[in-house]
Amino acid sequence: MKWDDILLMRHELQLLAVILIVTCTEIYLTGKDKARVVPFAIALFTLHMVAGWIKPEEGMWFGGMFRTTPLIHMRKNILDLGVLIVLLQTAGWVKKQLVDENRVSEFYLLLWSSLLGMYYMISSGDLLMLFLGLELSTLPIAALAAYEVIRLRSAESGIKLILSAGLASAITLMGISFLYGSTGTYAIPELIKILSGTSLENLGFLFFFAGLAFKISLVPFHFWTPDVYEGAPTGVAAYLSVVSKGSAVFILMILLLGLTPGGMTEIWTWTLYVLAILTMTIGNLFALRQRNLKRFLAFSSVAQAGFILLGFFSTGPDGMASIIYFVLVYIFSNLAAFGVVHAISVETGKEDIGDYDGLYRANPLLSLVMLLAVFSLAGIPPLAGFFGKFFLFMSVASAGMYVLLFIAVVNTVVSLYYYLLVVRAMFLRKSEAPLAYFKSDAWMRASLVICVIGILALGVWSGVYEYIYQLCV
Amino acid sequence: MEGYNYTIWIVLLPFLVFLVVGTGSLRIRPIVAGWIGTGSILITLALSLMCAWNYFGAGAPEGGWQTLIPYDMVWLRFNDTLQVHMGILLDPISVMMLVVISVVSSMVHIYSLGYMKGEAGFARYYAFLSLFSFSMYGLVLATNLFQIYFFWELVGISSYLLIGFYYDRHSAVAAAKKAFIVTRFADFGFMIGILLLSWYTGTFDFATLTSPDGAAIAKAASVSFMGASVLTWALVLIFIGGAGKSAMFPLHIWLPDAMEGPTPVSALIHAATMVVAGVYLVARLFPLYIFGDATALEVVAWTGAFTSLFAAIIALTQEDIKRVLAYSTMSQIGYMMLALGVSGSGGEEGLGYTASMFHLFTHAMFKALLFLGAGAVIHAVHSNLMDGMGGLRRYLPLTHASFLVACLAIAGIPPFAGFFSKDEILAAALHKDPVLFGTALLVAGLTALYMFRLYFRIFWGENKSYAHPPHEAPATMWVPLMILAALSALVGFIPFGEYVSPDRLPHASHLDMSIAITATAVSVLGILTAMWLYRKPSGVPARISGGLGALYRAAYRKFYIDEIYMGVTKNILFKGISSPVAWFDRHVVDGAMNGIGWVTARVSKEIKGLQSGHVQQYALGFMLGVLALVFVFIFWLKQ
Repeated sequence: MKWDDILLMRHELQLLAVILIVTCTEIYLTGKDKARVVPFAIALFTLHMVAGWIKPEEGMWFGGMFRTTPLIHMRKNILDLGVLIVLLQTAGWVKKQLVDENRVSEFYLLLWSSLLGMYYMISSGDLLMLFLGLELSTLPIAALAAYEVIRLRSAESGIKLILSAGLASAITLMGISFLYGSTGTYAIPELIKILSGTSLENLGFLFFFAGLAFKISLVPFHFWTPDVYEGAPTGVAAYLSVVSKGSAVFILMILLLGLTPGGMTEIWTWTLYVLAILTMTIGNLFALRQRNLKRFLAFSSVAQAGFILLGFFSTGPDGMASIIYFVLVYIFSNLAAFGVVHAISVETGKEDIGDYDGLYRANPLLSLVMLLAVFSLAGIPPLAGFFGKFFLFMSVASAGMYVLLFIAVVNTVVSLYYYLLVVRAMFLRKSEAPLAYFKSDAWMRASLVICVIGILALGVWSGVYEYIYQLCV
Repeated sequence: MEGYNYTIWIVLLPFLVFLVVGTGSLRIRPIVAGWIGTGSILITLALSLMCAWNYFGAGAPEGGWQTLIPYDMVWLRFNDTLQVHMGILLDPISVMMLVVISVVSSMVHIYSLGYMKGEAGFARYYAFLSLFSFSMYGLVLATNLFQIYFFWELVGISSYLLIGFYYDRHSAVAAAKKAFIVTRFADFGFMIGILLLSWYTGTFDFATLTSPDGAAIAKAASVSFMGASVLTWALVLIFIGGAGKSAMFPLHIWLPDAMEGPTPVSALIHAATMVVAGVYLVARLFPLYIFGDATALEVVAWTGAFTSLFAAIIALTQEDIKRVLAYSTMSQIGYMMLALGVSGSGGEEGLGYTASMFHLFTHAMFKALLFLGAGAVIHAVHSNLMDGMGGLRRYLPLTHASFLVACLAIAGIPPFAGFFSKDEILAAALHKDPVLFGTALLVAGLTALYMFRLYFRIFWGENKSYAHPPHEAPATMWVPLMILAALSALVGFIPFGEYVSPDRLPHASHLDMSIAITATAVSVLGILTAMWLYRKPSGVPARISGGLGALYRAAYRKFYIDEIYMGVTKNILFKGISSPVAWFDRHVVDGAMNGIGWVTARVSKEIKGLQSGHVQQYALGFMLGVLALVFVFIFWLKQ
């Protein structure tokens, strides 16, 4: 083992160190002092994230099980960003709810462990490694979803997640074993060379794919999403909807875009084709009628996942760059929406769309953030979401799939309708009993500012996309 | 390029004003916001006129009017071949649009100082107006399809904000939403069109796309999809985008409702500038339409002709003066589209293109005047409905005079502006197809009829007893009326053919006397009919509408198009799809949790507490999903 090799795993080891430091620090604090863990944890994580931007190395370790490239590195950085925003959004809630219960550092421990799992998943050069990462990233989230144990809904959400995830894992594992049985190897690069598209291989892949589809919540693997989002603490739901989903998209990208040259193109194209249409359409149609905002965002995030699939049809760097870009944009937009919901939910306990009637008059700033967030999610220029969708549509057009493009575009219009419902509630409706004005805590405000900057700047400042594109070439 | 650097300020200035007034709208005094907005738009007016003077003043250069690009920067790089630029493009039509927008926008800004005085949200109103002006300038100056789309959406957003300005009025909010969604729907056609076109040609750039050597066109025309070339598809889809914004049948349903916005907004956005963006778009891509594909151009011509007739008939029956004007706008835009559709590529053949742009120009002046005049009337009597008006010529002499000028202009009575442009359109239509010509002539007569119906019922007819005697509007309102009236009377004399033509060469304009006489006669007939029916109160109109029975009712109900849309969306989208989905969600997915249904209740009794029974359902769905995929892709697809 050489020093250079260790440096390859720098990102993971850093995070591990952060986890250990925070956990140990909490031991020395008692009572109310435990609240101090929060700023400490956020500061350490920020440090970790900044260090993540140091010029990355390229290479493999453990006989190709672990690998890293600048592109992989950037994916981790993007996830870090999402996690940082979630940390800022949950800070107030952690202080308010968890300090008394003496469960502060566990929250961070679980959240970061799951992130660590995602790192390994993204870096894996081997199906087993990938599976381990997948498990490590899922199990802590189930605990987090049930974190507010006294609330039945939260406990239920945890149980549902772990049961569904267990099923998904079982099927994934079966898929992996089929693949292994058929090819005799776990290593992804070799696998790509050997695969020829026999029925067993296809079966193995579909099973394997189902596991990832579960994490991205593609239809019909999405059933758990609304229930878990609704029951889980809002910050955890936010984490599930962007970071967890983003990591699964990244790994899917590595697999699919790597595999397509092998004999599997046809089956992939059609699977994705059908799932993309199903996911966009079903997600949108369900979102139309939701009253609870967390449920609403859950279905909206299902629909957004369908849009992400559009990027997979162009096999060149365009497709890859547009997916990564979309995930980045989606992190900002969706976290802004979740942030507002979280702020209001923590302060007032209200989560229904009806409670947002007339919000603009009571709390103009929060409403404006929400407005930007949903407009970005709906893909209205000049916000970042527009560019994200535009690039994805561009990839579909480049693949010559006009029918799919048409369906995607119609779905965007449908989604516009329900996103406007939120805008209408906030700006255009009056309420007998509007929510009272409140000022959210500084952490929350910081997170919303970051999101808003992201939503506004990513679209207008083209450097980001070009940077991603260059890494993808 | 040198010497046009100041054009960037035409775009930037309104944007800066939007930022300043928008962010400070709660803090600065309303009147200050109003004057900042008005002052800045007057500066852009000066710059636009200067630009037009520089561009046209020196006469056409050898080889026709040039395309100048004073600014161009790479904004996004999609991949190595496809890039997105932002810039400023000056050519005859964009310079002409600059003049139209800056003139009408300035008038509306000044007028609003009086009209909107004392309204809550006065500063917000000016912020939105500035946003609109910025977007509209950016749209017409666009150098490429992406930029035009970008500003196209921004224009849509500012229109949404302004229609819904009176946000405590339910109808305004509904109208704003309707306008936004309908035009967005059309815009997505536009977007697919752009994607197709740019993908096959490898460029967004207007200059490359419309270059006469036709390399770009040939590339897109060579690929076919479902029986037509990709180029045809792209052009028809782009036209759908234009049709949405320009309220062409059947995407017109938002425009009449958009009249819920403040009246000056209707004058600016829904009469003079934004709604003609669709016409501008087709004109901008005209070489593609003309060289690439005749089918798309025929779609344009017939949609235009049908819309103009359809809207004119509806306009005859409406009672709300702003709605009459809205349908009249639709009808006139149909005229412009018709003219584009019958145009050829150059020379005498290209008259339609010139006529269309000419009519766009004159129409902007007199239609803005009509709306602002209507605003003055509404301001005086506090009602939109013609029933409550009559005999107003005595109370509002200035408004009356300017309104009359506008009516004469739109009816096409010489020497007012509409006469010249309409004459050219009719000549172009006759050249192409007698049916289109007949339709256009009929519409000319109907236009005179419904405009003078409006005029006589407002200013003549029965003298109503007004609770408060109506009084003339303040100077901030009547000065713009006078300016626009002068323009409506005079701009017809501009020799438009010298400046705007599809081949960029100057052509002498001339009147076709036989057509001019026929058209004027038809218009006069329309006016006389209106005079006979409406100048004095009489029972004749009621008898006529009674006699027409179902036909009249259908026209009055706008041919039930709204109902059809509602029927489709309600029954198919909501009842047919969304409700079952919601039902499924409520009863199947949430069913157990809510304890609905006997079986689920039994199940949840068995497994009490957290295990409500439906995780199993999820697992079942999951497994079925996997199996369906396996089945479809391995066993079925392999066959």
